[in-house]
Amino acid sequence: MSSTTLSPPLAEPGEATRPGPSKGRRRGRGKESATALVMFLPAAVLILTFLIIPIILTFILAFTNTRLISPEPGRFIGLENFSNLFTDDTFWASLRNTIIFTVVIVPVQSAIALGVALLVNTRTRGTTFFRTVYFLPVVTSIVVVSMLWMFMYQKDGLINTMLARIGIAGPDWLGDPNWSLFAIIVMSIWQAMGFHMIIWLSGLQTIPAELYEAASLDGATRWQQFVHVTWPGLRPTAIFILITITIAAFGLFSQVNIMTQGGPLGSTTTLVFMAVRSGFERQQTGYASAISLVFFVLVLIVTVIQMLLTREKSEKKGARS
Amino acid sequence: MKKSTRVAAVSVMTAAALLGLAGCAKGGASGDAASGTITLWTHNAGNEAELAAIQKIVDDFNASQEGHTVSLQAFPQESYNESVTAAAASKKLPCILDIDGPNVPSWAWAGYLAPIDELTDRLADFLPSTVGTYEDKTYSYGFYDVALTMVTRKSTLDDNGIRVPTPDKPWTKDEFDHALETLKATGSYAYPADFATSSTGEWYPYAYSPFLQSAGGDLIDRTTYESADGVLNGPEALEWANWFQGLVSNGYIAAKSGTDQTADFINGKTAIMYAGSWAAEKVRDAFGDDALFLPSVDLGQGPKIGGGSWQWGMSSGCSDPEGALAYLEFAAQDEYVASVSEATGTIPATDAAAELVPGYEPGGVNDVFRQFSKANAVVRPVTPGYPFISSAFAEATQQLLDGADPQKTLDQAVKDIDANQKQNAYQG
Repeated sequence: MSSTTLSPPLAEPGEATRPGPSKGRRRGRGKESATALVMFLPAAVLILTFLIIPIILTFILAFTNTRLISPEPGRFIGLENFSNLFTDDTFWASLRNTIIFTVVIVPVQSAIALGVALLVNTRTRGTTFFRTVYFLPVVTSIVVVSMLWMFMYQKDGLINTMLARIGIAGPDWLGDPNWSLFAIIVMSIWQAMGFHMIIWLSGLQTIPAELYEAASLDGATRWQQFVHVTWPGLRPTAIFILITITIAAFGLFSQVNIMTQGGPLGSTTTLVFMAVRSGFERQQTGYASAISLVFFVLVLIVTVIQMLLTREKSEKKGARS
Repeated sequence: MKKSTRVAAVSVMTAAALLGLAGCAKGGASGDAASGTITLWTHNAGNEAELAAIQKIVDDFNASQEGHTVSLQAFPQESYNESVTAAAASKKLPCILDIDGPNVPSWAWAGYLAPIDELTDRLADFLPSTVGTYEDKTYSYGFYDVALTMVTRKSTLDDNGIRVPTPDKPWTKDEFDHALETLKATGSYAYPADFATSSTGEWYPYAYSPFLQSAGGDLIDRTTYESADGVLNGPEALEWANWFQGLVSNGYIAAKSGTDQTADFINGKTAIMYAGSWAAEKVRDAFGDDALFLPSVDLGQGPKIGGGSWQWGMSSGCSDPEGALAYLEFAAQDEYVASVSEATGTIPATDAAAELVPGYEPGGVNDVFRQFSKANAVVRPVTPGYPFISSAFAEATQQLLDGADPQKTLDQAVKDIDANQKQNAYQG
């Protein structure tokens, strides 16, 4: 066997049809899978350490009273964490805010991102400039973005000064419970929009130009072109964007942590923020694990629903064609 | 060697090295036992002045005798507590470490720290707020403390006919409210006062619970440390909550202040600033003799301010407690107390050290902060449950500033704190 090739040479065409496995092939297979195993090992160690074990630990810790700092090991307390959680007003506020945030941000952000992608997909001067401008917030750290917007949202900040010019007295955006979540939603849409614009853009560019050519020969208007050519061509992209935005929206944390700390009056607290506060600030590891578990189940349900819905569609489509 | 085998070998070695590294990261931190050196951990990497002052003590100690050698390891403050918690979990704590004052009871209870009662006699000279105790045992001492103060200008008070308070006769609640009302009426300020409400975290209990204590309430009942019922939601606490909420609803302070209260004060946006002694230098640079540093408001029980800053202690797993104690005793000398507090611009912990630090000698410009600290400092509750109490109080106070119902908010905080104290069977 050659010592220069990594994988053994493929079996001769004739070999495969011969009854019974050949000696060479069996040896080759064993080597191949050993190599595969070795190559898989580093990834496996990382996934195990940073994903699988923490998830298992969360499941276990959620039913104990484990503390971050304690001379005594955690004790099994059954469902106490969960019964505390479900009677905790902050939990329901967190759940409500997380859901509102997600329900608003998924359609609005993806729609705006699509609109912007369509705009910068045209062949005019300066599209590269605009693409860069729209993408800039994505590469800026969310911490920096949050602090900048905190200044803009101040009562006498940039936004209210501009509103005052046209005769509107702006509210105290982050200090007013009626506006705080809205303010965070607007900022979040602006920040992450560029990322999804790029994905829409890549989707748009996979649509063959001949289709548009044919459509315009048939006399289709721009809108008809969008509905019958662009949108169907974007389906896989749309599914990807829907799922990524939903999961990102559920994990809302950094903006809240920096801008409002969950306030005023719990109007911006979220599940992840509550889990972090309980786990690290209040040192209730067990309770934080229970919150994380509820969060995990929630994301799991939503993801499974989305997967079922989107799979059904692509299967139908496959059957039709 | 066949290439596939070589690849396999390399991969296995890489994986082993990775795991080994992870092991090293855990194990490398200590090494006290074998080498004969005592490791010292400090939080002030990044704070060059303070770190240099500590390094000087370590060098002097190493030069002073033969038996023990101390080696210093500095961490950035942001990750310091996590490092200690992680090291404690894997039993790799260094012999000597520094601790943020409010954490001392929690860490002592958790068994991280060993008592240093041998030093009690020496520590009798220290400001009470700089010595960390838990259950009648001494666990730590600090070189310095800081003081909270009301900062304003003499001209501002004189122009508006407001009395200048003294340490013996601070502003009463009515006087203070009246002063704020007068200043607001001038229309010259965005807000008459600035309480740094935009700060978060430990600032809330550190800065605002002294008002609660001045009104007669507290964060928890300090005789048993079992319950906050009656002290955090009793009539005195309610009075505090109403007063504090009124500061915002009357337009005396901002519910969310600007990000730099000292700059706002110097620029004339606010007339009175509730700040720490750390702001003194800048204010004095701007206003010279016109600057006033006044005691906090007396809401009934005399003015109170928060006490307790970074302190030094010995870990319970220390393999050379004798050496560690020798170092702690050596470092507690007045000249070192003076050099560290001078480097950090803070209040020296002993009278003798204060004589050595310019400005803190009796009658010096900064002596007033030392007087405040001596007379008014209240340490935060000495219970392992403090981190929870701190967070619950911060949340409740934030809600009060945002206009929540005082009684309901305080009741909720009491309920949470009591449940946590009970679930963990914390004692005082």
